[in-house]
Amino acid sequence: MAEEIKKTFWERLIQIDRRVIYLIIALAMVLPFFFQMGLPIPITKEVKDIYDYIETLTPSDVVILSADFDPSVSPELLPMFDAIFRHCLKNNIKIIAMSLYIQGPGLIAPVIQEAATDYQKINGVDYVFMPWVIGWHIVIMDLMTDLQRSFPTDFYGTRTEDLPMLDGVKNYENYDLIVPFTGASSYAWWLLYAHEPYGVPLAAGVTAVSAADLYPYIQSGQIMGMLGGLKGAAEYETLIGEKRMATMGMEAQNWAHVIIILFIVIGNIGYLVIGKKK
Amino acid sequence: MLWKKQIPLAITFIMGLLLGIQYFVPHRISENFFQGYLDWAIVIGIFAAILSYISFYRVHGMRIKKKAPAWQYSVVAIVMSVTMALFGFIQGREEGMVFMNMYSYILVAIEGTMFSLLAFYISSAAYRAFRARSTQATALLLAAIIVMLGRVPLGESISFWHNIWPSLPTFTGIANWILNVPNMAAKRGMQLGIGLGIMMLSLKIILGIERSYMGSGD
Repeated sequence: MAEEIKKTFWERLIQIDRRVIYLIIALAMVLPFFFQMGLPIPITKEVKDIYDYIETLTPSDVVILSADFDPSVSPELLPMFDAIFRHCLKNNIKIIAMSLYIQGPGLIAPVIQEAATDYQKINGVDYVFMPWVIGWHIVIMDLMTDLQRSFPTDFYGTRTEDLPMLDGVKNYENYDLIVPFTGASSYAWWLLYAHEPYGVPLAAGVTAVSAADLYPYIQSGQIMGMLGGLKGAAEYETLIGEKRMATMGMEAQNWAHVIIILFIVIGNIGYLVIGKKK
Repeated sequence: MLWKKQIPLAITFIMGLLLGIQYFVPHRISENFFQGYLDWAIVIGIFAAILSYISFYRVHGMRIKKKAPAWQYSVVAIVMSVTMALFGFIQGREEGMVFMNMYSYILVAIEGTMFSLLAFYISSAAYRAFRARSTQATALLLAAIIVMLGRVPLGESISFWHNIWPSLPTFTGIANWILNVPNMAAKRGMQLGIGLGIMMLSLKIILGIERSYMGSGD
């Protein structure tokens, strides 16, 4: 008991119950959904480069969007997929939506349907949605040499050769951009097996923690641009003028970052004060 | 020994060599060989998937049989995997079907929750462990704070000095510099090292020097 009384303010603060920290961070993430600040989202070059490239594409061009992720990272990556998918639909660019991960198609199916309804686009005519096929990088190699061979049917079971959008779309010569969305390193597979041997332009959407890994590839020009984390998705939403999932999530991320920084600062002040005292 | 060692080693050596040569030879025979490899690789992948299911049921079955700690979760894992597969095969996987509902409202929610718990642990760890104990730790700490501020809109909004002296960068600008210059230099060095390591390991596997992938512990 006596020992408890001797504790200083900083000692108490440093040893605060972790549940209090959990509660504060929970409030910091939930409350912004109800009280939006609407701060402007600055656009970074890496995101603008992808947007500008897609703006140069014509309705005869084909973009591959590969949702190579599972539900654990979908809050960051699904808004990216949604934003680029919508941008392509808006510009009447042909889209091949697919996933190298078994859980990917189930995640993007509702997003594709909603976007297609909003833009009044038809599956098989304006875009195609491929099922998961086992093989990971083997699927990429197959896709580069023969699309129908790697995907004999689409996600809904329609034969690929019967899809009007794929008339004349056979192999790497017909792909104008590939954008993998990944929380791991599927961008490296696309780089190794699609961009390097066949020269298909490559961009990537990655989680914030993976973003730091891509800068060497961006500087070398192997990857033309990157959407990094929820911020990348929010930037893209700003560019296409559709403030959706990511823009809303940025408010929460804003405050979560501020709270974590405050925790670090308070923790260090306490550490210095207690350290000097000792 | 022949089946377990020599033949796998010979297959690895021959295939490694042929695929290496194939990459640089743009001939029809070479392309057909590559297509054949792709077919075989997918077939092997399918067998690997079957093996993973067998392993899954075996591991969890053993846990239930031995009443290992938290064996009840193994029952849930087996029951859910069988149930989901059955609904998928019987009803299909269109929107609104049981399979898709289980996927969207159970699996997605569970995996999302697991990952989002990280935010809480990171906050707690940042509060208790992220200390300026040395010069290097202080530099890391400052870089982390700047990048965290630079990655959210608030960082741009509170960079008041940018309005007074527009030539000075905002938090976003400083964060981008940190990522594009010091971070990239470090990453590039690491990736070059990893790349060389991969090349060396590949050569060692092809030449039969590295054999641990065969599971024999050699």
